[in-house]
Amino acid sequence: MAFLQLKDIGQTYYSKQAATTALEDITFSVAEGEFISFLGPSGCGKSTLLSIIAGLLSPTTGTVTLRGQHITKPHPKIGYMLQQDYLFPWKTIQENIMTGLKLQHQLTPERIEYTLALMKEIGLSDTLSLYPKALSGGMRQRVALVRTLATNPKLLLLDEPFSALDYQTKLKLEDLVSSTLKEHGKTAILVTHDIGEAIAMSDRIILFSTKPGRLFRSFSVTETLRRRLPFEARQHEDYSMMFQEIWEELEQIEQNDAD
Amino acid sequence: MNKMTPTDPLASYVQQLRKKTIYVRITQVIIFLLFFGLWQLSSTERWIDPLLFSSPAKIVTLLYDKMIDGSLFSHIGMTLSETAIGFVLGTLFGTLLATLIWWFPFLARVLDPYLVILNAMPKVAVGPILIVALGPNITSIIAMGILISIIITTLVIHTAFQGVDENYVKVIRSFGGSKYQCFKEVILPACFPAIISSLKVNVGLSWVGVIVGEFLVSKEGLGYLIIYGFQVFNFTLVLMSLLVIAILATIMYKIVEVLEKKLIRHHH
Repeated sequence: MAFLQLKDIGQTYYSKQAATTALEDITFSVAEGEFISFLGPSGCGKSTLLSIIAGLLSPTTGTVTLRGQHITKPHPKIGYMLQQDYLFPWKTIQENIMTGLKLQHQLTPERIEYTLALMKEIGLSDTLSLYPKALSGGMRQRVALVRTLATNPKLLLLDEPFSALDYQTKLKLEDLVSSTLKEHGKTAILVTHDIGEAIAMSDRIILFSTKPGRLFRSFSVTETLRRRLPFEARQHEDYSMMFQEIWEELEQIEQNDAD
Repeated sequence: MNKMTPTDPLASYVQQLRKKTIYVRITQVIIFLLFFGLWQLSSTERWIDPLLFSSPAKIVTLLYDKMIDGSLFSHIGMTLSETAIGFVLGTLFGTLLATLIWWFPFLARVLDPYLVILNAMPKVAVGPILIVALGPNITSIIAMGILISIIITTLVIHTAFQGVDENYVKVIRSFGGSKYQCFKEVILPACFPAIISSLKVNVGLSWVGVIVGEFLVSKEGLGYLIIYGFQVFNFTLVLMSLLVIAILATIMYKIVEVLEKKLIRHHH
């Protein structure tokens, strides 16, 4: 049985004027511990699909199952991270990272200790009593990662979590997120429109076409790249080759759109 | 041959700022003195009718007398408690009503035209009906204070609730948070600034409501003193009450400002 299984997912939006199909015939599975990227032009419905997997949105057709369990609403084993940190400005960093535990009534000494250990791991233990506005963008996104990991989800959904950061911070954070998730044996799905980020971080890349969003192609990242941290992977020759290949496929999608 | 030491640019900038503040304060004091000085002068010189416009000296003397014989304080106590109750309850009920229509969007759509009408209507016009319904007593006056602020509070705070960034709510929902948790953890704290600013508006509104209420029914209070002074043609009394109201309203506003600084220190 697959860890995560998506079957015939379709999503249609209705307005008074028309029905718009955002997603169609999405079927695939993810193995435990895998890192998947959703790559595609904007408007291909990749973020919508992520919301469906998170249980935040119910699909018009199809089903999502996590270890055989139907996902119809947010599940404690699924963590979700947004484009920006969305730390609550009126809560201290400590209160922010404990939010998930508080909401799930899991504020036990062990969970709190685990969360504080995560803070130490990402090197922000000394910010606990501060408020988010005192932290830089990169630091805040790291805190947001801890907030997501605090409830110990098995599957992490990352909705362009690096898109609001400057390039240097983004590269550093890619390494941190990649190694943290690997170390804790998490399964992850990353939504991105950055080809390089997808190659550097994932084991498998799923390419989406637009109007309506469909699975276009799937790429396996080579073993050599997978073993490396994202920053090192970017220096490798396999990286450039793969970049070229995906680039051409994306051009193809654009061509099809224009026709 | 310049013997002066080169000035520190920051120090001179700070000094310049301080200078400007001093100029502002001096101008404010001049306006104050000029206004009351001219008023006093024109009253004693009879350029204006002292019976109608009184004079600062007379007002202050009356204020002093009323404070000495203690009668002023019972009036102040009455009006102040009515205003405070009206102001707190108006804001509280307005926030509760806003919460209710946020929780049930159906209700929001149903009530929308009624809220618009109620907001546009001059609430003081309902005064006589209130007195008939609730009796000519303190209850009607407090009701007036509440009525005048509740609708606008509801509208402002409901708009603020709707303006909260959806993504904050998404964070709570992704952890499996309920609607109540979304409200408690995000919607309400995110709207503290809006609630505080409606508190500021309501300070002024509640004074209007209570004074008008006192015009209509009371036997005690600053509004009563104004209407009494008017009836016996004692405009010194009217103006003195007005002065006391101005001072009290300002103090109340300042208290809300202190509250604001404490409550929304960390927002944005």
